Amino acid sequence: MTTSAFAAQGADLELVGIQKRFPGFTAIEHLDLKIPPGSFFALLGPSGCGKTTTLRLVAGLEEPTAGRILIGGEDITGKKPYQRPVNTVFQSYALFPHMTVLENVAFGLRRRRLDEPVAKAHEALRLVELDHLAARKPQQLSGGQQQRVALARAIVNRPALLLLDEPLGALDLKLRRQMQLELKTIQEEVGLTFLHVTHDQEEAMTMADTVAVMNKGRIEQMGAPEELYELPKTAFVANFLGQSNLFTGPVVGSTSEAIAVGVAGQRIVVPTARAHRHVGEVTIGIRPEKLSLHLSAPAVDPARNTMGPGRVIDVSFSGVSTQYLITVPHVGTLIVFAQNMAFGPVAEEGGEVWVSWDIEHGFGLEDEPADTPRFEADTTTRSIAAQRRASLITELEEV
Amino acid sequence: MAFAAFATTTSEAEQVPRRKSPVALLLLLPGILYLVLFFLTPLISLLLTSFQAPSEFGDIGQYTYAFRWENYLQVVTDYLPHILRSFGFALIATVLALVFSYPLAYFIGVTARPWPLAQSLMLVLVIAPFFISFLLRTLAWKQILSDESFIITSLKAVALMAPDAHFTGTPAAVIFGLTYNFIPFMTLPLYTTLERLDLRYLEAASDLYAHPVEVFRKVTIPLSMPGIVAGTLLTFIPAAGDYVNASRDFLGGPDSQMIGNVIEANFLVLQNYPAAAALSIILMSVILIIVSIYVKRAGTEELL
Repeated sequence: MTTSAFAAQGADLELVGIQKRFPGFTAIEHLDLKIPPGSFFALLGPSGCGKTTTLRLVAGLEEPTAGRILIGGEDITGKKPYQRPVNTVFQSYALFPHMTVLENVAFGLRRRRLDEPVAKAHEALRLVELDHLAARKPQQLSGGQQQRVALARAIVNRPALLLLDEPLGALDLKLRRQMQLELKTIQEEVGLTFLHVTHDQEEAMTMADTVAVMNKGRIEQMGAPEELYELPKTAFVANFLGQSNLFTGPVVGSTSEAIAVGVAGQRIVVPTARAHRHVGEVTIGIRPEKLSLHLSAPAVDPARNTMGPGRVIDVSFSGVSTQYLITVPHVGTLIVFAQNMAFGPVAEEGGEVWVSWDIEHGFGLEDEPADTPRFEADTTTRSIAAQRRASLITELEEV
Repeated sequence: MAFAAFATTTSEAEQVPRRKSPVALLLLLPGILYLVLFFLTPLISLLLTSFQAPSEFGDIGQYTYAFRWENYLQVVTDYLPHILRSFGFALIATVLALVFSYPLAYFIGVTARPWPLAQSLMLVLVIAPFFISFLLRTLAWKQILSDESFIITSLKAVALMAPDAHFTGTPAAVIFGLTYNFIPFMTLPLYTTLERLDLRYLEAASDLYAHPVEVFRKVTIPLSMPGIVAGTLLTFIPAAGDYVNASRDFLGGPDSQMIGNVIEANFLVLQNYPAAAALSIILMSVILIIVSIYVKRAGTEELL
């Protein structure tokens, strides 16, 4: 049995051609994924995108409709949850209410008939700094403490792969930040492979080595957090991971180094290496914090793109930075984040402004330009329900 | 008195903030009056009767108030087999009812969760026997299990029963009747706890290397303990004092009389009121002791 011994370190996870259909809808279209051993991998996406289903498939709590799951090269697709070298930190923690904290942590060790379950449980509780509460019942602990117990209960088993199902979702912001750091430290300390599912993009980016952005049952893009943020491939990623200003227009000129796109009569230049499409209608984008705000038309600079004039329609102060909403005729609304280097806003509401940015900071998307040029990440329950409904209707029509 | 056992389990578990308000007391008043009138009064009367002595010059069935504690000694020596049999039967019937009810309640409360309509339908089926008096149902069983019935003749035909054997009148028939009559009382409280059972605990347990049998033993059973305790109490207490199933008119025979039958005979036939009262007090006290030990051992307070 693979679970009879402590795993010395994390193993790699491989998902091959996974598909999961529930009656009425498809949760996962076609998923291929490889997570290297010892890494902290985050699956990021809006609710209903299939990320939790992916996790449950790996844990063995759901069976895939098609495809294979391999851990450390071994096919575990047909194995029951209790036979898999995998442990989960559940979103609800699911700590057994009839057992003490210590017994909760020792549960997995006892099931595997390992030596000294109590001593090992104490050790795991010390790791999450809760050993002094070992005799308590879970419901006597705060949310953050319960979360740490759930983590201890999972890592004490030294699973080849640890699954985290939005375990920080129920915590308040400050505690969440603190737990993110702790989780990251523990992962580095124990060297296990972590698969973390979350809809919090900031959480995914601060914690994970690799982030995969999931949407509608597919992985849209995968890579290091910086790479994903600086060079998003699709409009969904550009808007789900932070915010983006996107423009659609035809390519009006191209060299080996850069392409020029005509947006409302203005030439916007993007480096060829940073654009996925080089001909025809393309969508290009720029992150709001890369934009500079000018109160008068800036001097022409071949290294910078300029857009304007536009009108400031909203200024909102958020401490470190100020967010400006600017409407530019025929282009739409732009978002600009400006660091608060001086007291008070640089531009007043209703004022005329220009924006500019370094050519090197732009990116071109792989997407076909959509009907709606400004693709907003719509993550409300209502829109997910509408998507489901639409896909159901098309499915029914096909039959 | 037996209700005290229920009261301690629930009042400690539901940590309702206690506030003293005149309205609450006023609302409690009818209940208190009712209990004093219909529970405490007969209890005191029963206690006094149990110590009565026969009237010196009276007829059979005439007694005067006294303190004849020998009544207790007398009934224990006379009826010890009946007392032991009662608790034995009640225990076996409770265990059997639990064994039959748990899978049933689990199926209705957990497996059938995706189909609420089927759930309610099955619950109605569990309760349906209550629409017919249990006397009639027990009488029907007497017919079904009589020596001339199809079931018994078939069993004899295939030599599973000896040709001269009976089923009605045996201890097995009484236990069968008790089990049958109390299954709904076991199923309903089990259903209410299992219906609320959070399946995520079961998933967590199987994620932590527990195979299905261990999940059941270590998680499902402990979490459904409140239902098990309530169901077993609702079955054991009335079953121990039951006098219908074991009656000769129903499923019982001379070797299967329970304490309830003895009390009934002493009250109504022999007119030995002190003996009947003493037996009732003994029955009540023994049940109370058993139940309080059981509730304490089961330790359900922390679960609810």
